[in-house]
Amino acid sequence: MAGAAPLIDIRKLCVGFRGRAGAMLPVLHEVDLTVHPGESIGIVGESGSGKSTLALAAMGYLKHGLQKMSGEVIYDGADMFERSDRDLSRIRGGQLGLIPQNSGQALTPTMRIGRQIREALHLHCDLPEAEYSRRAQELLAQVRLPDPGVMLRRYPHELSGGQQQRVAVAMALAGEPDALLLDEPTTGLDVTTQAHILDLLRDLAASRNMAMVYVSHDLGVIARVCDRVQVLYAGETVLDGPVRAVLRNPAHPYAHGLLASIPRLGEATLPRALDGRPPGPAEARQGCAFAPRCPLATGDCRAARPPMIDGPEEQITRCLYPDHVAGLEADTKRTEPQPCPPDSPEALSLFGVSIRYDQRGPIDRLRRAPRPPATVDGIDLQLARGETLGLVGESGSGKSTILKSIAGLLPPSAGAITLGDGTPLPRSVERRRPDQLRRIQMIFQNPDDSLNPRQSVAEILAQPLRLYFGLKDDALRDRAAGLLEVVRLGADYLDRRPGQLSGGERQRVAVARAFAAGPEIVLCDEITSALDVSVQAAVLDLLNDLKAEHGTGFVFVSHDLTVVRALSDRIAVLYQGRICEIGPAGAVYGTPSHPYTAVLLGAVLTPDPDHAPRLMAEDAAELSPPARGCPFQNRCPVKRGPICDTETPPLRDAGDGHGIRCHIELDDLRRIARR
Amino acid sequence: MRAGRSLRRGARGVETLRAMLGRLSGVIGLTLVALHLALALISPWIVPYEYTSMDSAQTLAGPSAAHWLGTDHLGRDVLTRVLLGGREALLVTGTATPVALVWGGGLGVYLGLKGGWRDEVAMRLVDAVLALPGILPLLVLITVFGTGGEVLMPTLAFFFGIPVIRVARAAAHEVVARDFISAARARGHSPLSIVRRELLPNVTDTLLVEGAMRWSWMLLAFSALSFLGFGVSPPKPDWGLMVSDARIYMSLAPWGVIAPVIALSTLIIGINLTADALAKTLGLDHSRKAVI
Repeated sequence: MAGAAPLIDIRKLCVGFRGRAGAMLPVLHEVDLTVHPGESIGIVGESGSGKSTLALAAMGYLKHGLQKMSGEVIYDGADMFERSDRDLSRIRGGQLGLIPQNSGQALTPTMRIGRQIREALHLHCDLPEAEYSRRAQELLAQVRLPDPGVMLRRYPHELSGGQQQRVAVAMALAGEPDALLLDEPTTGLDVTTQAHILDLLRDLAASRNMAMVYVSHDLGVIARVCDRVQVLYAGETVLDGPVRAVLRNPAHPYAHGLLASIPRLGEATLPRALDGRPPGPAEARQGCAFAPRCPLATGDCRAARPPMIDGPEEQITRCLYPDHVAGLEADTKRTEPQPCPPDSPEALSLFGVSIRYDQRGPIDRLRRAPRPPATVDGIDLQLARGETLGLVGESGSGKSTILKSIAGLLPPSAGAITLGDGTPLPRSVERRRPDQLRRIQMIFQNPDDSLNPRQSVAEILAQPLRLYFGLKDDALRDRAAGLLEVVRLGADYLDRRPGQLSGGERQRVAVARAFAAGPEIVLCDEITSALDVSVQAAVLDLLNDLKAEHGTGFVFVSHDLTVVRALSDRIAVLYQGRICEIGPAGAVYGTPSHPYTAVLLGAVLTPDPDHAPRLMAEDAAELSPPARGCPFQNRCPVKRGPICDTETPPLRDAGDGHGIRCHIELDDLRRIARR
Repeated sequence: MRAGRSLRRGARGVETLRAMLGRLSGVIGLTLVALHLALALISPWIVPYEYTSMDSAQTLAGPSAAHWLGTDHLGRDVLTRVLLGGREALLVTGTATPVALVWGGGLGVYLGLKGGWRDEVAMRLVDAVLALPGILPLLVLITVFGTGGEVLMPTLAFFFGIPVIRVARAAAHEVVARDFISAARARGHSPLSIVRRELLPNVTDTLLVEGAMRWSWMLLAFSALSFLGFGVSPPKPDWGLMVSDARIYMSLAPWGVIAPVIALSTLIIGINLTADALAKTLGLDHSRKAVI
């Protein structure tokens, strides 16, 4: 394809914003990007690397506050930044389509899907009036939405996240684009939905010869859909090459480190963290931006910014030593997770816990309206001291609900929760005694939200220390500094506020706050999903050490199957608030397994261009669990028959504490897995 | 980079003030407000005449060397009365504003935290009061209890606290949904300590800006009441009263109206600009949020 004229040609683009001091601070620094017709390109980088800015700049658009400093963006023979507004509005949404990150928010909530698509058609094609509806229906069929005719009359909130994403794709296709720009197109979607959407996008690109520019932090997504990938680091291109070469044999140490920090499904090992963080736009740079974190860095790297040079396997890299990167493999061996000591005493038990969100008013009771099935039902879980129990499932599987219930924030409607010594725990947090509260601590998903922005780190850590131990003054400050040390932050962090910390540092403070109580059980609610992969690796590593040092039991909730695998001793798979399968991590991720577990595992993406996910079930979202029978009855690819609709499946014992709730015999499940 | 510097309570105030002075609206607003406050403080010592002294030879005179802004219909010096005319208004509203903020803000935060039927009932009552034209309930209370600063202060504090309830409730509502409140609840802190440590620090910014806005509205209401004869009683000087007295002679002596109007409007514009700069500095004005 190298010979053909490029469709989009970005040359030495610099974009920046005016800082407080008045100087321009660069967000993108001399970035080149060429997109040929029909080519799929991935732009990869961590948050703040400028990847979204680059993709939007390809449409001649910059977010408020950003300015083009130099360089050009050539599309169709002219610079996008020189074009008239009329020209731009014809091209944007027409020849160049954009799929925004959160398409649920990009759709107008008060307008039916059909009308939104017809509007897009009106803007960009000339059809006889009667044709618009037919064409809209056709587009919905092309993005593989069921019942396109019905879908036209729906409002956006009536669709699931995956369906909304498909509608966004349909709207982008309305203008018959030459190229689609996709900003994190599957972030926030469930694994099965993600796999289906990516499949759709691949097929569309191939059948229409459309160029695709994917912006993603997820190398698994890139591996699945891209031909070529460009890696951004702190606003600079550091590596550009064919996807296979970049993922298999990267010629830049940053790409190498990024790959090592991704947890893998097949290995029960902890990913390796990249130390340090990228320089911000305001920080002065000399030499290579990655040099402070690079194991290969030499004096030459720090003296001057390396040029882009040719590396192995058609890669172009901003590294002086591309041939040495492969040699890094030896020192970046992944560590094994700390196993739970055998026969360790019990720390927490849940017996038949069920949780309801619905509230029956007096009128419902008078009418004897049937009660909807409980959101979470019949949960039996045991956690030993020093053990990590992983809870996995798609959104709506009730995993966070169970955590909140253990923490007492959401009292269960039935069942019992007991501590290790067998004492039942009062259902709501207000009734629990201080020593019971102290033993269970929770870490939340997003540290931006779980740390009070108005408190300094010292004040944040002081809250549990004062409450549980009555510490004061110097003793308090010393203990807080000690806790920071535990999470590998210095005592100089005590007087900072959350706003002055990076995402990873904030989550460490949240971990330190949980450990301030000296807990027996720590509840982790998606604690790494708001973090970049390299930072995620560091937090996982930290939890692993804490587990060994303090003998703490963790309940670790995540939608990411690979993360759960890296850390957990035992895993419970949840669907619609019911446990489908539970057992030792290796057994659950091996065979035999529950059909739902198999569907989930099959859809996981790995940063390997030769790995294709297995799509076994529809990604249809279910809003509430079925009243009777197996919770997975509607999506099960190997459903046995009517018995699945009426009878609750039995728990089949596969040995070693591995249980599967399914009507199918274990031997048959094994056979199905082998097929 | 600001990182690493510890920001103590007082330091944050100084920092905010400095940032406000970095904006044009902040410079103009704070200058106007400071000027008015300074004049109100020192005016009894710098005015050229007694505010009651009448010069019967010169009624409704134009500006002259002896009377820079002329005289009113009783021959009193307009400059003297304008300089003194803001004292009562500033004193009453300056006390009523913090009182309104404390009671309205406190109740609003409580309702935002508690929710449920109390919240529902209280907010409908707030709606009902806010549906009345602003000055009407004030007039009713004044008719019952009489005029004068000792009645006006609590009356204004009461009525201007009501819209504060709504603002404080909305701000508290937003904070309550955040995880750091859940985290504090899960640790087992008492509700009072959650309000004090977690909630209040996150709504004070909103309340500060709201307070500045309420202050300017209150000044306007106070002057309107004086104009109608329910505020400051003569012969005490007051801007609203001065306008009321002088407006019949406007064609003969326009300065008698123009001077107090300029005084009042510069003060209100000053407060509004300050509130605007404060909101922008504290990051509460989302209309032009930067991306970075």
